[in-house]
Amino acid sequence: MSEEACIVGIGETAYMRKPGSGMSLLGLQLQAAVRAIEDAGLTGQQIDGIMPFPNLGHAEGFAANLGCRNLRFQSIIWMGGAAPVASLRVAAAAVGRGLADYVLIPAGWNGYSGARARQTVSEDVSSLPGGAIARDFYLPFGFTAPPQWYSVIARRHMHEFGTRAEQLGCIAVAMRKHAQRNPNAVMNGRPLTLEDYLASPMLADPYRVFDCCLETDGAAAVVVTTAERARDLGKEPVFIMGAASGQPCPADEITNRKDIFETGLSLAAPEAFGQAGISPRDVDFAQIYDCFTFEVLQQLEEAGFCKRGEGGAFVEGGRIELGGELPVNTHGGLLSEAHVLGMNHIVEAVRQLRGDAGERQVAGAEIGVVTGWGDFGDGSIAILRRA
Amino acid sequence: MSQDDTSIATPLPELEGLTGAFYGFCKDGELRFQRCSDCGSWRHVPREMCADCGSWSWEWERSSGRGTIFTWTVVVRALHPAFQDACPYAPVVIEMEEGVRILSEITDCPPDELEIDQPVEVVFEDASEDVTLPKFRRVAS
Repeated sequence: MSEEACIVGIGETAYMRKPGSGMSLLGLQLQAAVRAIEDAGLTGQQIDGIMPFPNLGHAEGFAANLGCRNLRFQSIIWMGGAAPVASLRVAAAAVGRGLADYVLIPAGWNGYSGARARQTVSEDVSSLPGGAIARDFYLPFGFTAPPQWYSVIARRHMHEFGTRAEQLGCIAVAMRKHAQRNPNAVMNGRPLTLEDYLASPMLADPYRVFDCCLETDGAAAVVVTTAERARDLGKEPVFIMGAASGQPCPADEITNRKDIFETGLSLAAPEAFGQAGISPRDVDFAQIYDCFTFEVLQQLEEAGFCKRGEGGAFVEGGRIELGGELPVNTHGGLLSEAHVLGMNHIVEAVRQLRGDAGERQVAGAEIGVVTGWGDFGDGSIAILRRA
Repeated sequence: MSQDDTSIATPLPELEGLTGAFYGFCKDGELRFQRCSDCGSWRHVPREMCADCGSWSWEWERSSGRGTIFTWTVVVRALHPAFQDACPYAPVVIEMEEGVRILSEITDCPPDELEIDQPVEVVFEDASEDVTLPKFRRVAS
């Protein structure tokens, strides 16, 4: 990116399961949005760009509540869980081109107390990735939900590369360890051992229950602006060095890719690293969209942190834990902090780069990566650096 | 299981357009995929154009009906109420001799006997008065 955009505000709600947030879908997201706007030193009236999460809100509703005086930019990126990071990229371009001065990106849901994440897809065909294709060619055979769709790719990876359940377990255990250092993590106070993981019941073999993300209530948000405006806000910005998103071919059908392991990230990562002018070796931590354990392993491979087929060995031995070579999901991720659609990954990356991560701070963190994953393997990536 | 759960119907395809044509052949006991008339490449699921060469010309060509198991999942806990009684069951990806892959199930194979590269052949199973689904059974390699 020629003129670096930056993140100047982050906000989160409490993350919870029982009894739930007690707030509306919009109210919950507004709470996170207001915190992000205040964190940036702005007022709601100054927000002139909003990028809601697909199916979870309209820019008009946010703007009316925040009192935005001139909402001149809005856009929704239809990439499921890849949307927040993909939105970061579009927001950076928008402020760079003067389409907006301050872009708010909110995301959140009552994923526990409202429509549960697992039910959303099977009960609302209009929100199905692939739309009619899934309805006509997957659902009649009971292939109805994300853990089922993705686990067929995980099995193929196990077949071709010898990836083992214990290695997926290392990912679940690492996320849970990190959650013990995060008071806002739903799984704080509930440690997990590899034995616990292996003993957990199968859900969609090879996925066990502990391979799957949480279902939680919560919201998070960020505010993006230009480097120039950030200076005026007197806030230490976090710069977007590179950002890209991509979709596999075809994106609407998961079984017929010539290269079955290709994801949107496979294409987006080289673009983002190219913009940033760095390599994966230069990265101090990575917040990887962890809807399920194997997707973390696969994204580490496709982003270039290791070679394809080597992800299993890469996640072993504490390498992805705090203190390891590449700490992954220092907040606990979707697996152990909360399922905030990956927006919590962006917030955590900013917190790390501000040096505000407390007990879980990655010492000397200068460059961090955030990824998003959605639908049938859409991908997004942002490379962030501290000021 | 409550009565409400068992009353939820199994989802069926909507028999419109190219999808309707695909399932229409299944009803007649034929597995057919689109094949590009220009570059000869096969495709599934149905598409308007050839993604390989851009051609709009294609025909519904008969598949040999034979393929091998490419991968699968075993659904132990249903995430759609219509499939609660079916657990455990295995959605399977089959790679056909023509090169396309199709999501289906193996009718004569318990999930714990599934094997990658196992040869299979198509069979047809009526799911309703109007819909016949292509499913598969094991054949000797």
